Amino acid sequence: MNFSVYIIPIFIFAALAGALLHKKNVFDTFLRGGKDGIQTAVKIFPSLLALIVAIEMFTTSGALDALTALLAKPCALMHIPKEVFPVSLMRTVSGSGAMAMFNDVLSSHGPDSFIGRCASVVMGGSETTFYTLAVYFAATNVKKTRHCVPAALLADLTVAVVGCAVCRVFFGA
Amino acid sequence: MLNYIWSLLVITSLVFSFTTGSIDKVCDVITSGAQRAVTLSLSLLGLMCFWSGIIEIAREGGLISFFESAISPLTNKLFPSVSEKSEAMRAITMNICANLLGMGNAATPLGIKAMHLLDEKNSFSESASDEMCMFVIINTASIQLIPTTMISLRSLAGSSAPQEICIPVWITSAAALFIGILSAKILERRRKI
Repeated sequence: MNFSVYIIPIFIFAALAGALLHKKNVFDTFLRGGKDGIQTAVKIFPSLLALIVAIEMFTTSGALDALTALLAKPCALMHIPKEVFPVSLMRTVSGSGAMAMFNDVLSSHGPDSFIGRCASVVMGGSETTFYTLAVYFAATNVKKTRHCVPAALLADLTVAVVGCAVCRVFFGA
Repeated sequence: MLNYIWSLLVITSLVFSFTTGSIDKVCDVITSGAQRAVTLSLSLLGLMCFWSGIIEIAREGGLISFFESAISPLTNKLFPSVSEKSEAMRAITMNICANLLGMGNAATPLGIKAMHLLDEKNSFSESASDEMCMFVIINTASIQLIPTTMISLRSLAGSSAPQEICIPVWITSAAALFIGILSAKILERRRKI
């Protein structure tokens, strides 16, 4: 089952073996690539900091809780359990925050309950949208992200709606 | 957009902290958030250095061209204006492969590199190109083949079948990816502002 443990070592091995077979200087090549990587990492620091702080402020101030309460009605209409929706909402802004909420759901409802399964599927099927947006656009000069945010959020909503529907079909409510 | 999102996040947080009396907590978070950004950036710095190095080796040794030919039918459709053998396409391909295999630590630096190259191709314009949007949207959806983190959290919580969520997760993320790509393709036709 857990073959993912082997992926990274195999990849590194194949990369090195391939380069050595082509008689390349592997160490010099590594250094050349590594210098590139450092430059990019330094460049994105300010925007990364700005967004992380803003997201943490948003969560701590209680604004996220208020937003969840506001959206309770519409999520009932879409057949998303009210325990699962906050997880899905949190997932868009903070990976560790969502992970904490997810663990909370698992321990209070059990991982094999309907709610536990819905939460698992929602977590597994989505990414930390705003974090990804922040990190990726930080590497560019872009100020106008155009349709990125609406399209990504629509995909996140799809995860919540489809994820809970699929669970209902697969496991029964 | 980030301009508005960022301002909205900060202003709403401040307004809320006044009304709910959590001002001191919100102020604490400025310090702890900044520290977290440093920790994250430092680990990202190390990882980016390492993975960029390994990728450079994989490129020299020809491993990348192997992956490229495997998923090129897909990437050529999604990024029609990025030429097949370009450095940008290489980074895009590797990022998608890393995501599929659940190598999140390798995927992020590669994605950042791809964005940087796409930005160059977009002549550092203030407005994101169609390709940049498409690439980011794919990355905000989860395309991992095995949701390893969720499986381990479920088994830690005492699930009798932690991996039973795999197929529902595939269906869900495929649906989300489809909706994301479709809405990107529809929305990108609107006038470029």
